[in-house]
Amino acid sequence: MSITWREDIDAALAEAKANQRHIFVDFNAAPL
Amino acid sequence: VESYIKDNFVPVKIHIKEQPQVFERFGVQWTPTMQILDPDGNKRHQFEGFLPPDDFLAQLELGLAHSAFARKDWEAAEKRFRHIVETLPNSDVAPEAQYWAGVAPYKRTGDAKSLQATAEAFKQRYADSTWAKKASVWGK
Repeated sequence: MSITWREDIDAALAEAKANQRHIFVDFNAAPL
Repeated sequence: VESYIKDNFVPVKIHIKEQPQVFERFGVQWTPTMQILDPDGNKRHQFEGFLPPDDFLAQLELGLAHSAFARKDWEAAEKRFRHIVETLPNSDVAPEAQYWAGVAPYKRTGDAKSLQATAEAFKQRYADSTWAKKASVWGK
């Protein structure tokens, strides 16, 4: 199973807080 | 690396052309930049540039170790720092992990023995690292 990347940082922050998980943010410029 | 990310993090990808405002908000100037945020959204670790898998993995674990250290969970922090030294001894951040693995038990107990032991350990391993210099003041 590949990683399900989130693209909405605020939704991810809320999800992390609710589940007490850390967040990994990949800021990138790879071709879309 | 993939399974480590899935097991330990909420993964987020931000593209510079799609969301430049998020780059601005998090103070990111270069790609690729990776940040690790704690569950409250505080930045605990950042690294830039391409890295091979072992170094990348070590950085992820270092971020979680620093996060445990920041919340004063000294036992969890020591365990994670030590795990880097034991499982990824050739990674770039292993000397840093060895340094903090000595600091964490000192913070927990106040006993300077762990600092002295760390200074000794640096004579055996990573002697040329900047972290060995930093730990050298702990030696007898």
